[in-house]
Amino acid sequence: MDLSFSPEETAFRDEVRAWVADALPADIKAAMERGEKVKKDDLRRWHKILHEKGWIAPAWPKEYGGTGWTATQRYIFANEMALAGAPDLPAFGLKMVGPVIYTYGSEEQKREYLPGILNGDVWWCQGYSEPGSGSDLASLKTKAVSDGDEYVVNGSKIWTTGAHEADWIFCLVRTDDTGKKQEGISFLLIDMKTPGIEVSPIIIINGDHTVNQVFFNDVRVPKRNLIGKENEGWTYAKFLLVNERNGIAQIGAKKHTMARIRKLAASTQLNGHRLADDPGYQRRLAETEVALMALEYSELRFLSGQKTDHAPGTEANMMKVAATQLQQSMSELFIEIAGYYSYPFDGFRDTEGSNEPPVVPEDAGGAMHQFLYGRASTIYGGSNEIQRDVIAKVLLSL
Amino acid sequence: MDLSYSDEQTMLRDSAERFVEANCGAENLRKMRNTEEGFSRNYWKQMAELGWLALPFTEEQGGLGGTAVDTMVLMEAFGKGLVLEPYLTTVVMGGAALRAGGSDAQIEELVPALVEGELMFTVAYAEPQARFDLFDVATTARRDGTGWVIDGSKAVVLHGDSADKIIVSARTSGDRRDATGISLFIVDAGAPGLERRPYPTVDGSRAAEIMLGSVRVDADALLGREGEGLPVLERVADEAITALCAEAVGAMKVLLDTTVEYTKTREQFGQPIAKFQVLRHRMADMMMEYEQAKSMALVAALKLDSEDPVERRKAVSGAKVQIGKSGRFVGQQAVQLHGGMGMTDELSVGHYFKRLTMIDILFGNVDHHLKQFSAAA
Ligand SMILES: Cc1cc2nc3c(=O)[nH]c(=O)nc-3n(C[C@H](O)[C@H](O)[C@H](O)COP(=O)(O)OP(=O)(O)OC[C@H]3O[C@@H](n4cnc5c(N)ncnc54)[C@H](O)[C@@H]3O)c2cc1C
Repeated sequence: MDLSFSPEETAFRDEVRAWVADALPADIKAAMERGEKVKKDDLRRWHKILHEKGWIAPAWPKEYGGTGWTATQRYIFANEMALAGAPDLPAFGLKMVGPVIYTYGSEEQKREYLPGILNGDVWWCQGYSEPGSGSDLASLKTKAVSDGDEYVVNGSKIWTTGAHEADWIFCLVRTDDTGKKQEGISFLLIDMKTPGIEVSPIIIINGDHTVNQVFFNDVRVPKRNLIGKENEGWTYAKFLLVNERNGIAQIGAKKHTMARIRKLAASTQLNGHRLADDPGYQRRLAETEVALMALEYSELRFLSGQKTDHAPGTEANMMKVAATQLQQSMSELFIEIAGYYSYPFDGFRDTEGSNEPPVVPEDAGGAMHQFLYGRASTIYGGSNEIQRDVIAKVLLSL
Repeated sequence: MDLSYSDEQTMLRDSAERFVEANCGAENLRKMRNTEEGFSRNYWKQMAELGWLALPFTEEQGGLGGTAVDTMVLMEAFGKGLVLEPYLTTVVMGGAALRAGGSDAQIEELVPALVEGELMFTVAYAEPQARFDLFDVATTARRDGTGWVIDGSKAVVLHGDSADKIIVSARTSGDRRDATGISLFIVDAGAPGLERRPYPTVDGSRAAEIMLGSVRVDADALLGREGEGLPVLERVADEAITALCAEAVGAMKVLLDTTVEYTKTREQFGQPIAKFQVLRHRMADMMMEYEQAKSMALVAALKLDSEDPVERRKAVSGAKVQIGKSGRFVGQQAVQLHGGMGMTDELSVGHYFKRLTMIDILFGNVDHHLKQFSAAA
């Protein structure tokens, strides 16, 4: 047994570290340091830089544009990116629908959709949840009725992140309601420009517009946009959910935030004295760092048990619960350190077009904004209550 | 022992709850937060007519002679409706400062206008570097002829943009973190050299950064004795904390009721989600947190005027600790149990959650008051 990386892995880490230090645009890095939301165009710019390097989709098989790295290399890569302050790219194309398409799609579908996902030209969103179907996803009602070589789709999706910026949506739709609810679901790719689709914004508690309700009114979708077989969409959906939870621990991003918290705690800017010297705060900071270590080494332990291309199994459920709880307590530490300066409504800290410096000192930027958004992490991707049910059922056979 | 409300208190509660129910709440907040002042002058006038602005002042001062428990009754109702009007800053904080430090002349001049709803107050106690320490004052005031000249900056001044009179803490002697040498001044918001930078706050209210550049005030602007402002500030903070605790209790009650109701109607897996045991236990915990918080808010109100400073400190700081913890649990779980709906700006849940989160921070968070509590014990 050996906890350290092999010489090859260390060399790989150094290579990635050196590259990202050089390749990540300074303005994007700076925005991340200030806790700002990175805009779509900037995300796309970074996407294209990674694509050019050939590192945009490390987890994909090599034949489809992946890197052929081991699971450990992929872990190192993700970690280094986040530590360097690189923004997370939207998961919908690269981590969700992409793998579904190369695993279950036809050759024609692979040719049609994978290049746009890889080069960043086509943005996707995820149409799973519905007003009446959240935790009980399989009860979904959005209907696709066969009509010649088309489906006619009617219904509504909700909480659709980025639907207002997406070119395509991958949807779970009901094609049969006679049998078990899981057995009449199909997986359909829909062009957002199709007539009959309406996107209506939902503003969330931090003031952001990230999620939407999407209405489908007699939307005609070519049958060639169906993934795999009709009524077998639930299998693909589950495959995708497991992928979604893959890497959910986001160790690198957490270390990056931790570094911001530590820096602020060690400065006197907001407190007149160093909060890092305060025994109460020190204790909670240390507790949180221990939890981060436990999460990191759990991820590494699960990782070392995996073969190169084996997706994580149910341990991902545990990682999701632990990671989101930790993320929430970290953001509490962050707003606590900001003190009264977590009170001004900070929005995106979008100071564009304004010469005035933001009210909230730079180091504390985005603290409350992230805290509020972060409350969603124990709700989406399968709520933590649902995760615990799965852990009890599958891992404990209860 | 008798912990029940008097007839007058019951009447006050009923009329406040009626007012709040008819006029306030999340929908009102969503409308008002986009206005310049962030609250309704019309409601403020009605509050004056109802006598609420007169509540904590003695009859001699033109008030109703209300107690801390009366203020608690009112604030609890305000908490149920996310009331945005500057009651805390003007009546509770401004009122406390005037009563604790004001001369007869100052009270005679200012209280009637306050009670009529014509003068709004705030207290600028925080500074960018001071965190929750009231005594950490870098702003200075130096004598100039018969008056004073004030220089410095004040952080996150609640309703600092709409207040007519800003009570400013400034150092007249000593070092930045000395307990003595702090004086209070009543400064006109329009005084030359006073600059305000207003902004909306996370919970839909408003605040301002206030910069004082050689602001001249007359000798009679001094509130209380020179260099002895800290005890007055501490009194302001204790009254504000007690009022905020009551407000938080009202907000928690709404979240508890709303969540229970929601889980009874929201169905997943073919049944109301209230049937799931883990959610039932969660709501039972929410209820217990709410009850503990309510008890501590009451203790704070009953002991706010206690002669014994240790007893007073433990009651007020203890209540703030309990409210901070309970408010966090109740607020976060209310959002969680509403699922995606709880994250929306449209539902009321998120607004109460944000208000509770901010109440924990105002006048010192859990950590700060745990320290105050143990220092007193
Ligand atoms: C910010 C955000 C972004 C999102 N992005 C997307 C997206 O891009 N695409 C998409 O399809 N969806 C998205 N979602 C939706 C998300 O997946 C759902 O919110 C989630 O599945 C929960 O469903 P719900 O909101 O309907 O809550 P409900 O299912 O109604 O749950 C309400 C509460 O009941 C609990 N509960 C439900 N069932 C049980 C049970 N059996 N036992 C115990 N407790 C239970 C839940 O844990 C929760 O606390 C997003 C949500 C948010 C908040």
